[in-house]
Amino acid sequence: MKVNRRAFLKMVGATSSAALMGGPAKARAGRRAPRSGETLAMLIDTTRCIGCRSCEMACNKANGLPTPERLGQPSVFDARRATRPDAFTVVNRYADPKNGRKPAFVKSQCMHCVEPACASACPVAALEKTPEGPVVYNAERCMGCRYCMVACPFGIPKYEYEKAVPYVRKCSFCFGRVRQGQLPACASACPMKAITVGKRGELLEIAKTRIYQTPGRYVRHIYGEHEAGGTGVMYLSAVPFAQLGFPADLGTESHAQLTSASLAAVPFILTLGPPFLLAIHAFAKDRAEAAQQGSKERGGAS
Amino acid sequence: MTTTAERRPVVPSWPREKLLMGLSLREYLRSLATPFNAVAGLILLIGLPVIAYRFIFGLGAVTNLSQANPWGIWIGFDVLAGVALAAGGYVLAGTVYLFGLKEYRPVVRPAILTGFLGYFFVVVGLLVDLGQPWRLPYPIVFSYGVTSVMFEVAWCVLLYFTVLSLEFSPTVFEWLGWEKARRWASRITIGLVVSGVVLSILHQSSLGALFLMAPTKIHPLWYSPFIPLYFFVSSIIAGLSMVIVETGLSHRIFQDQLRGQAHADIGAITLGLGKAASVVLFSYFFMKLLGIADGGNWKLLNTPYGYWFLVELLGFILLPCFLFAHGARERSVKLVRAAAAMTVVGVVVNRLNISVIAFNWAGPERYVPSWMELTVTLTIVTLGLLTFRWIVNRMPVLREHPARRGAH
Repeated sequence: MKVNRRAFLKMVGATSSAALMGGPAKARAGRRAPRSGETLAMLIDTTRCIGCRSCEMACNKANGLPTPERLGQPSVFDARRATRPDAFTVVNRYADPKNGRKPAFVKSQCMHCVEPACASACPVAALEKTPEGPVVYNAERCMGCRYCMVACPFGIPKYEYEKAVPYVRKCSFCFGRVRQGQLPACASACPMKAITVGKRGELLEIAKTRIYQTPGRYVRHIYGEHEAGGTGVMYLSAVPFAQLGFPADLGTESHAQLTSASLAAVPFILTLGPPFLLAIHAFAKDRAEAAQQGSKERGGAS
Repeated sequence: MTTTAERRPVVPSWPREKLLMGLSLREYLRSLATPFNAVAGLILLIGLPVIAYRFIFGLGAVTNLSQANPWGIWIGFDVLAGVALAAGGYVLAGTVYLFGLKEYRPVVRPAILTGFLGYFFVVVGLLVDLGQPWRLPYPIVFSYGVTSVMFEVAWCVLLYFTVLSLEFSPTVFEWLGWEKARRWASRITIGLVVSGVVLSILHQSSLGALFLMAPTKIHPLWYSPFIPLYFFVSSIIAGLSMVIVETGLSHRIFQDQLRGQAHADIGAITLGLGKAASVVLFSYFFMKLLGIADGGNWKLLNTPYGYWFLVELLGFILLPCFLFAHGARERSVKLVRAAAAMTVVGVVVNRLNISVIAFNWAGPERYVPSWMELTVTLTIVTLGLLTFRWIVNRMPVLREHPARRGAH
């Protein structure tokens, strides 16, 4: 009986600490970002892009990265390139099956998801969705577990494997520039006005207007409107996005929510687990005692 | 040990009795010259410099990790398989202290020691893998990513490691002869066991939940909303199997520790654990089938990845399940041990499948560990085995402390 009471007190202790652990989670969920239509976003019209790579040049300059490889040489498009720790945006060339002579160019960089999987996955909140919209990385928090790289459906966070003190590197939507009222470096460098920056809701309207007003120029799909719960960088294209190397299997649910059911179970297991286990323990103990008593009584009778 | 000391006219001293197992320093060093130690020494001689090399020149100089494959065998084996195989601690502690199956008491201490060392070396492996290992305590003390499963895992593993240390502490106190501390530590047993089971349910399943974030990267046969459940259930299986395998090995290697203990005991315990493993494997098998049905993935079984999935499902789950059942029924300890060894391999295969083999299955880039990655893993396993042996040879893990014999 004495043990049971002590165990009960322990259980109460475990329960209240569980409640404390659940506390910050709720507080955080309460601090909602403004509605996604109001956040800063980017619309990239691939039909306007000519593959000049001015955006790459401007990006590297703004972020203190080395000059882009083989600048001005068309041979750079021969192989598919991905972003790197020292290249936050890259332009690739795709053949347009409808128009053999005019290829499509696609700029890729962080998609600045409405609900980013990387930020949801980060155990130290180094990756963060700012209320303004851009998804930024706080290097001073990162411990280098690379879970963000596992979680990102676009494969954007890149790691400095070659360094003894490595960090994650990726596009920040030029958050520093944006806060000073400037455009992201890539957008201000684009000579073709292929990159439009504005509120996400307004950009969606612009994108839809372009699709309606120039029939035949675009496929009826704004990539990023719904993909993986919606992204901050959205694309228009003349050909289906699957042909331009865009992941087509992301679904429309936010990837940040994929583990929320698991996490929701934690407080229940923490609070219901101990009493359940202690009940089993009490039951097993009673039974053992009863069995002992029973055998003693039988022994005495015979 | 005491007999050796009595035979020789040497004054018994504390370090001699507690650290050198009653031998003089020269005798002790001579006793270390065994083939096993030679191999272990060679592994450490190569492995420790490789670990140093990794910290000086970075992950890229040592591993085959890439931008597409950020996690390799240091996560897949050292961490994921390591945590699963260390599950014997909570499984056996729960069985004996909560379910009251006292006949399994002789294997509780080795199971808890395995758990304690297992988690310790999981953390060592994690430190080697983390880009900035000195920031390991960040999720605990500095920056809280409360939406992350990894955050939850970090907390649970820290707390559970504390629980395991306390659960193992009575053994250490008996070794040191600190009777008061031992009594105090034993008094909180039930509380510790309850916390240990709850924390294990949480983090064993959460290690699986980590992979829920990668639906487009993991092959559909392995990706399922049930991954957390699979990880938890298979940790029970891994824990039971590890205890069986370990008990078998211990009784061959540490025979002198077990003098006076009935071997029949261990036989009955092995058969009992085998029976339990068979039942859990059977339900695990059906859970896996449920996963295929849930994803509508039956057709994928007839693909190369499907064949590999079937190897895991039939060869490492269903087959050992039957072998366990058959062994338990025929009272064949040998067969149960073979099934347990197979299951241990199966759980390792499963963790590697999810984290490495079926991860990025459609991508152009395949990850194959470098020889240095394998060496580091081997080094950590060797360190674990050496520490286990060091402790078992000195502390009352397998044997009962003479003063406490028959006290239960």
